Amino acid sequence: MSDAREAILARIRATRTAAPAARPSCEAPLPVVGDDLVAAFSERARKLSSDVFGPVAAAQAGAQIAGYLRDRQLPAQAVCWPTLAALDWSSAGIASEARVARATDLVGITGCFCAIAETGTLMLLSGPDTPASVSLLPETHVALLPVTRIVARMEDAWALLRKEHGELPRAVHFISGPSRTADIEQTVTLGAHGPYRVLIVLTNG
Amino acid sequence: MQVNTLHFKRTAVANLANPQLQRALQRLQERFVGTRAAVMTEIPDFEALRSVAAAIRQHTLERLDHYLEQFEREVTASGGHVHWAEDAAAAQRLVVAIARRHGVRTVVKSKSMVTEECAINEALEAAGLEVTETDLGEYILQLAHEPPSHIVAPVVHKNKEEVADLFARHHQRPRQQGIAELCREAREVLRPKFLAADMGISGANFLIAESGSALIVTNEGNGRLATTLPRVHLAITGIEKVVPSLDEVSILLRLLPRSATGQSITNYVSVMTGPRRAGDLDGPEHFHVILVDNGRSRLLGSELEPMLRCIRCGACMNHCPVYQNIGGHAYGWVYPGPMGSVLTPIFVGLAEARDLPNASTLCGACAEVCPVKIPLPDLLRDLRVRQVARHLRPWPERVALRLWTWCATHPRLYAFLAAVGARVLKRLGGTRGLIHRLPFAHGWTAGRDFPAPAGRTFRELYRARKAK
Repeated sequence: MSDAREAILARIRATRTAAPAARPSCEAPLPVVGDDLVAAFSERARKLSSDVFGPVAAAQAGAQIAGYLRDRQLPAQAVCWPTLAALDWSSAGIASEARVARATDLVGITGCFCAIAETGTLMLLSGPDTPASVSLLPETHVALLPVTRIVARMEDAWALLRKEHGELPRAVHFISGPSRTADIEQTVTLGAHGPYRVLIVLTNG
Repeated sequence: MQVNTLHFKRTAVANLANPQLQRALQRLQERFVGTRAAVMTEIPDFEALRSVAAAIRQHTLERLDHYLEQFEREVTASGGHVHWAEDAAAAQRLVVAIARRHGVRTVVKSKSMVTEECAINEALEAAGLEVTETDLGEYILQLAHEPPSHIVAPVVHKNKEEVADLFARHHQRPRQQGIAELCREAREVLRPKFLAADMGISGANFLIAESGSALIVTNEGNGRLATTLPRVHLAITGIEKVVPSLDEVSILLRLLPRSATGQSITNYVSVMTGPRRAGDLDGPEHFHVILVDNGRSRLLGSELEPMLRCIRCGACMNHCPVYQNIGGHAYGWVYPGPMGSVLTPIFVGLAEARDLPNASTLCGACAEVCPVKIPLPDLLRDLRVRQVARHLRPWPERVALRLWTWCATHPRLYAFLAAVGARVLKRLGGTRGLIHRLPFAHGWTAGRDFPAPAGRTFRELYRARKAK
């Protein structure tokens, strides 16, 4: 095994004729985002078939979610991130359990680390209180997003991650709408192996 | 995967006469070419952005050893393991060994062209493991025992009726009609496979040196399931996929989905670093990466080196007039279209894939849309030169060219033959000056007439004018 390693690296080094140039700059013309990050994020996210509510007061989020589930005849029963366990779900009429997701869960409620306005994307980090399966297994994914956590670009999201966490968690997941496939006849169909719908509830503060 | 590159002409001819495939290819062209063009307008200066992307990829190749070693250090530091494979056979042995070490019996896979290149499924099945492809397109192909015909849309050659028949036969369920129902059925059949699998195998669109991460872009969510639920995650990819840091990733991700499917971003971008951490409630317990060489390092420093910049978006085949007409299967191996016409001869041998460097009109559309500025027509031309140098062209062509060379280096003889030829062809052209059939050139005259020359050569005309 290490023989292959040495052989591959030796072949690579043998081709080196000159000293490599310095690492190139990542400065490039980027898509325009605008100053109103909340508006830009919401517009992009909706374009990618996410449902976006709010901004509402954080205390109102539960009622918003309950209404959304009711309108779509979805059960008011959810698995949520342990970080959200302390929210008052029962008074909103939602029976929620804080744990890892199971195959039978139909609704998963998460927070998110931050969101990217340029593409309408949520950024979620895996961790003991933020299991990755909650945003993945259920057919409906609900994400709470404080508007203060919307950044302009992916570069800003990485910078925020470096500042607040230092290193990468096991998994960083960028989510841009419900899962989809266009494998059969290049026809876009929402709901492939992941959620069929994504509800993003923007909250103030 | 079986190599069928020698049947290029036969398959291409059959595909041109296949109306179902022609409709599918038309659909692909409409969707992918049109949406890509629309979404590229979001970028203020595509040319400048792809120059930066090309520079990033080129820089990485120049310091490939450095970034691979850094990647390996970081993977190890985060609790994962890196393995190196010289070729496909070595990659197969490694995958089977890793599966055995962890007592794996069932495997779910997300889409990976490198695992097609290395025939990983066949190796796992030979070792007695159950392997399930979970990308919808790849799953359909697994049921049909067919190779992919496109690196991004692997099942582009099939219509929904064929998929419905296939599902009805394999799933023992009532036959579905609609595309949404077929997708739902695949989800319901595959979900238990994810939940039960011991190991998930993914590719990697990028490897990030600074953090030791494997990054995958997906739309269906199968890549996330395969890398979250099973207790072992194995990522298999080529050594050229490494990039220095997350900053470079941010740039490249603006080009990859746009070029591939016309999306400004894929539904999911997942960055995986090591196994489950202390306190984590989900995620794999073991994280392995296999770095596959399989001929890649030999390209460094050669004229074909720019090919290693490729990020596998498929834009070159979507825009290629040859691919658009013959489809991916004619190319006979994993990688079709212009990028495949360069890569396949490298992987399976120039003699084995002799038609591929010539399966291009050199119109340049591929180079124009390539997000990392790979000069594909130049590389194809270089392979043609190599073919001639190695006497791999068919003997009638070689003899004809040698004869022509001899004549052309004897000016008097050349002038005489040209004068005779011009007159004979004028005769053949008749009053309308068009030749319907030419000996040795049926391929050309079968579809159009050959315009006959005026009867006198350039040298004769020049001499006549000078004499006036």
